[in-house]
Amino acid sequence: MAALLEVKNLKKYFPTNKGVVHAVDDVSFRLDAGKTMGVVGESGCGKSTLGRTIIHLQNSTDGQILFAGEDVTHVKGKELKKLRENMQIIFQDPYSSLNPRMSVHDTIVEPLILSGKFKGPALEKEADRLMDMVGIESRLRGAYPHEMDGGRRQRVGIGRALALNPKFIVCDEPVSALDVSIQAQVLNLLMDLQDEFNLTYMFVTHDLSVVRHISDSICVMYLGQLVETCDTKELFECQLHPYSKALLSAIPSTDIHHPTKRIVIKGEIISPIDPKPGCRFAARCPHACERCHQPQQLEEVTPGHYVACCRVRELNEAFSRT
Amino acid sequence: MENNMAKKDQRFLSVRDLVVEYRSEGKTVHAVNHVSFDLSKGKTLGLVGETGAGKTSIAKAILRILPDHSTQRAEGVVELDGEDMMALPEHEMQKLRGHKVSMIFQDPMTALNPVKTVADQIAEVVKLHNPVTRAESLERAKKMLEMVGISADRAGEYPHQFSGGMKQRVVIAMALACDPELLIADEPTTALDVTIQAQVLDMINKLKEELNTSMIMITHDLGVVAETCDTVAVTYAGQVIEYGSKEDIFDRPSHPYTVGLFKALPNMNKDADRLAPIDGLPPDPTNLPQGCSFSPRCPYATEECRLTPVDSREIAPGHFCRCIKAAAKATTQEV
Amino acid sequence: MPDTAVKMSKGAKRGGQRPPKKLARTGSALYVWQRICQNPLALAGVIAICVMIILSILSPFFLKYDYSTIDMTSACATPSAEHLFGCDELGRDILARILYGARYTLSVGFLSVAISATLGIALGAAAGYFGGIVDQIVMRFLDIMAAFPQLLLAIAISAVLGTGFDKCIYALGISGIPHFARMMRANILTIRGQEFVEAATSINCSKLRIILRHVIPNAIAPLIVEVSMSIAGAGLAASSLSFIGLGVQPPAPEWGAMLASARNYIRLYPHMIMFPGLFIMISVLSFNLIGDAIRDALDPKLKD
Repeated sequence: MAALLEVKNLKKYFPTNKGVVHAVDDVSFRLDAGKTMGVVGESGCGKSTLGRTIIHLQNSTDGQILFAGEDVTHVKGKELKKLRENMQIIFQDPYSSLNPRMSVHDTIVEPLILSGKFKGPALEKEADRLMDMVGIESRLRGAYPHEMDGGRRQRVGIGRALALNPKFIVCDEPVSALDVSIQAQVLNLLMDLQDEFNLTYMFVTHDLSVVRHISDSICVMYLGQLVETCDTKELFECQLHPYSKALLSAIPSTDIHHPTKRIVIKGEIISPIDPKPGCRFAARCPHACERCHQPQQLEEVTPGHYVACCRVRELNEAFSRT
Repeated sequence: MENNMAKKDQRFLSVRDLVVEYRSEGKTVHAVNHVSFDLSKGKTLGLVGETGAGKTSIAKAILRILPDHSTQRAEGVVELDGEDMMALPEHEMQKLRGHKVSMIFQDPMTALNPVKTVADQIAEVVKLHNPVTRAESLERAKKMLEMVGISADRAGEYPHQFSGGMKQRVVIAMALACDPELLIADEPTTALDVTIQAQVLDMINKLKEELNTSMIMITHDLGVVAETCDTVAVTYAGQVIEYGSKEDIFDRPSHPYTVGLFKALPNMNKDADRLAPIDGLPPDPTNLPQGCSFSPRCPYATEECRLTPVDSREIAPGHFCRCIKAAAKATTQEV
Repeated sequence: MPDTAVKMSKGAKRGGQRPPKKLARTGSALYVWQRICQNPLALAGVIAICVMIILSILSPFFLKYDYSTIDMTSACATPSAEHLFGCDELGRDILARILYGARYTLSVGFLSVAISATLGIALGAAAGYFGGIVDQIVMRFLDIMAAFPQLLLAIAISAVLGTGFDKCIYALGISGIPHFARMMRANILTIRGQEFVEAATSINCSKLRIILRHVIPNAIAPLIVEVSMSIAGAGLAASSLSFIGLGVQPPAPEWGAMLASARNYIRLYPHMIMFPGLFIMISVLSFNLIGDAIRDALDPKLKD
């Protein structure tokens, strides 16, 4: 089966006064239709930029984006318009992602009007259908964002994204700003919608428990690069990259009787401006050696499990022995 | 005498019937409603709850730093080491703040003064509460920085030269500079990345042990609670709806809200097809339900729950719960 | 779903239960007018300004004295039944002068601010939204303009253009541009970075529609108060220009000019400075109240 989305060696650099920021550096992956891929990493690792570059909110610096088998990297004009109807985004912050001067109804019909497919009564009917679909009571159609709680705002954002019937949606930390009980409501909605419309999600988040719950596969990013990617289950059972190990062990566990053995890594993320070649995690990695200063390749260690670490085999042999 | 000491030790901080009300747009906001809890020396209490549950208001009321202009009512008994803090005159309170009790705020970016070096900022706190010279206070500041894992060479730098995690360390160093006996940490790691959060939590745990500081940890993250706290108070709509040891809350959650919170959380160790969210929203603090504040969302609520206010009851030794049903269940189990 | 939490019933009161046809669409001109009518202070401001304008137009028909008739016998006369507001140092009726002078003061204020706000907002919006080279060119040019104090710039411009009522409007209008442009640009920059603008791009909104529908409505509100306050300020600046002989020329009874000439008699005949001062105050206050009300009316957060 052909992948719905395939990204090859995607790069996104931002020139700044201090140098070039390598926000996304040589990222490749493929994503099948109807699946969810989680992208995890800490702030500044380029996960949001990756999502925005794929859906053409930002132009890529280099690399290829294939959507439904077609190269869409450099589409413009009408084709870009059509592509955007197929690729949508749900934002992190339900406060700033809605125009404070537009009511729920206005926000949801905006994409419908722009698509030119709906007019008059059909437009209103479609708006009602969308609001119903994302669980917004019809009495709230005239309400403004500030009158609603975060969960409802996020539902409006989801409604706007779904209005154009997209196939692929980038979810950029859609539940990070929500409280636990509301977060569960929104996650369930996203999963129900996926089942109903066979949507494909790229789920960007720093919350590993959410990603474990919702995604089929996971990409772990560090400073613009993909360090490990595989099935969700596999990643949580056996992480191979030292950064993934540290990241997973750092999540505070709610299991008070079996606390996770924590690998505390020293230091902080280095600057993404003009990074040196070689593994970007090397400066914090407890296992760094000479070879780590050479460029690292993403390599298939076990079937479907890709890791970018030159010491992955020796380290994991050592781990399995202990 | 010894007995007396032990008793005092048991209740290093005791909060009784704390009530905080704000005034907003002509309405009364019931932010904190009759909150009571105890904290022993060297222990950590976790205040858990969602946005607007009144966690921060409780902390600010203890420190008496509620905003003057909007606070309508702040009453109750807050005893620290047997001394009623609510009754202290303001200048006494000022001496207490930062010295005996200090607070770590959520956002390290705004808690530091951008035009002063970090060492100066820590030294200022030291000098304010201790009769020391400037050189001595700076010395102390450097020592504090090293304690939180920042090299003393960086003492002369400004906050913007530090990353988020480092800034939070500076804030913690500042809070600990005068050896406080009680530390109130308001979401100290929420703004940080997980690996940095792990570093900071480890450090807080280590320092707490070394200095035998009592702590109130305010957070919405049950994982952070599990890792740092001894006792837990679950807050909802300005009330402590369940209170007990960490084991009580995590192993035997009794209030339907606490149970719901655990169910709504994606579990790292269990697979579930769908999460079980708690339906509805927290109540409007200007218009709280007549009976149990959770009753509009509670799947087990009855007419009685909706109409009569519920008191906190001890359902097992040291385990309190504001729910008629949980209390009833506990009694039947005992029988 | 037992989902009738109280927070939402509040939203329902605002959004849902209100009869839908009673108020016009939020943001429309009619809606703003309806909101102003609900605000007694703003309504008072509107009435005060309207009364002033009407009286000013009609004053030649019902007043006994002409604004320019000199009558040295009643020079500096204090208020009486004959001269309600008294007379100035040349014996001209102050009431007639104030009512007639409203034409100058109010129209200088309105028109010059119309010029500076329109051009300033357009330039600022372009600089803020497009950024880069457009921003550099526009803002550096405006920086140069802003480097001169506004009044000095106005003096320089009217020195080039010449004296007169219309020239005075241009001078004040042009010199006010940098201020509005700067404010607009700053607002646009904050709005542009927000996610809803990105969201608009993702649903295929054109650049023009993004600016007009998503960016400007959110950026313009704080400027409306600024506009209303500037009208008052421009009136005052106009009088400064008149004072040094560059603005409205005597014997035209511009309020600021009246204030300036009455200055010398403040101890002996305070009524000469009091009445023009009072009218300046009322008009400034009225504009500010109206400005506040318009801003509130455009803000959906302050619906009730």
